[in-house]
Amino acid sequence: MHNEHIEEHFNNRNVTELDSNYYMVDIADYPTDGWGKFKRVVKRSFRGELFVGLWVVLREMIKFDVHTVQYPAEKMPIGPRYRAVHEMKRLWESDAERCIGCGLCEKICISNCIRIDTKIDENSRKEVSEYSINLGRCIFCGYCAEVCPELAITHGGEYENASDQREHFIMFEDMLTPLDKMKAGTQLEFEGFGAITPHEDERVKKTPLAY
Amino acid sequence: METAYLIETVIKIVVILLIFSALAGIGTYFERKVLAFMQRRLGPVNVGPFGLLQVAADGIKLFTKEDIVPTNVVARIFKIAPVITAATAFMAAAAIPFLPSFTLFGYEVHPIVADINIGILYILGIMGVGLYGPLLGGMASANKFSLLSAARGAAVFISYEVVTGLSILAPIMMVGSLSLIDFNEYQAGGFTSWILWSQPVAFLLFWIAAFAETGRTPFHLIANDHEIIDGFGTEYSGMRWGLFFIGEYANMFFISFVISIIFLGGYGDGSFLGAIGLLLKVAFFFFFFLWTRAAWPDVRPDQLMWLCWKVLMPIAVINIVITGIVMM
Repeated sequence: MHNEHIEEHFNNRNVTELDSNYYMVDIADYPTDGWGKFKRVVKRSFRGELFVGLWVVLREMIKFDVHTVQYPAEKMPIGPRYRAVHEMKRLWESDAERCIGCGLCEKICISNCIRIDTKIDENSRKEVSEYSINLGRCIFCGYCAEVCPELAITHGGEYENASDQREHFIMFEDMLTPLDKMKAGTQLEFEGFGAITPHEDERVKKTPLAY
Repeated sequence: METAYLIETVIKIVVILLIFSALAGIGTYFERKVLAFMQRRLGPVNVGPFGLLQVAADGIKLFTKEDIVPTNVVARIFKIAPVITAATAFMAAAAIPFLPSFTLFGYEVHPIVADINIGILYILGIMGVGLYGPLLGGMASANKFSLLSAARGAAVFISYEVVTGLSILAPIMMVGSLSLIDFNEYQAGGFTSWILWSQPVAFLLFWIAAFAETGRTPFHLIANDHEIIDGFGTEYSGMRWGLFFIGEYANMFFISFVISIIFLGGYGDGSFLGAIGLLLKVAFFFFFFLWTRAAWPDVRPDQLMWLCWKVLMPIAVINIVITGIVMM
């Protein structure tokens, strides 16, 4: 078996003498005598730096290159790894919920905001009966998504969860991908912490159970 | 005749009060917009078209806010201070000719409340009295930041009164009158007869001092938000704070008028074009107040004093001496 060692390359940020882009800023000594001070004042007054400042802001005004995001109407795009309000994914094959009710997310949750309850359904399968996350307590650390063995609980991109009280619960049904979204095939996989990395197929030779 | 004069004067006063109170509000709108555009932002956009009604929203807010008089302040002085700022700003406007005289329904209107023969002296004096707004407000506020601001205000206003007075002395010597209308007549010859060309140094000094007199950005240290919160305005809220605000913006407009009339020919020959020209000049100077606020940093208080007493005042005195020699 061949264990590939993946090397990570970091930028060398050490400030050293050799091979460095750092240099000392050239600052002249402050003048001590009156004549030196006078010369500095004259130089500063007539070098026109004030007008450079005026021109810069006027140029930006004329260019009118406005960068404002008018928030409720426009939103910044957020990364797929963003950790906002949780989502419960469904299986692609059967549209059934991925969650197997193992309770690892409840166990690992460091702010104790997940509560899960399960029961045995009519087919003798374990089923989630109650599942709630207190978003007021949740610190969005991502441990639940990382620990989930089924990639069921993940983080989504919905960050507008302001509430007028601290306790703000979200239920299983609210987090579950809606069926029509599933039918349309638009369920997005989470790319963040705990998810499968893009080239997993080439890198995994056998299932971990074989070791 | 006397009654007609009285009615005319009262109408003029009311019109000027209303126009410049409204302009102070619209001035804040333009300030926000200009600053925003220069910093690649949008400024107010949500209230009304292009955010124009933001002024009205702010006015409603200011008028309806609770009038808070904090516990340890000297209540009577605390209450009167903002009135002083606003009142002196508008009183100074009495001697400013805002437009050339025109005929309305067969009646000749002079858009100046009182054409007194000591116009400039009066304007500078009243603007100097405006010092008492920040000074008393800051001292009565029972707040160390306000107190600092009051001290700075007193120092800056008194120092720059010197520069303003001395710099304007040279043009006064040339014109031989203190009335702003006489100043305008002196420059009625058009572009080439502007005092700006014969007194460029005085113009620059007066312009620089105008920033200190109005407390605008390079010399904004009287109410410097990042050092002393809002200075003398820290303890004020609602309409009392609003009066400080109106006073500041009205002062900006009036000083723009004064610079335009003294140095840039005012309304010229009194034609319609001249009137438009005056308004354009005023608009430029007002815009420049906003422009510098976006572009320049504030100076330190000691630098401001140094600039006044060691640089501007000697230059002003030399300018007067040279003007006197040339006139002899």
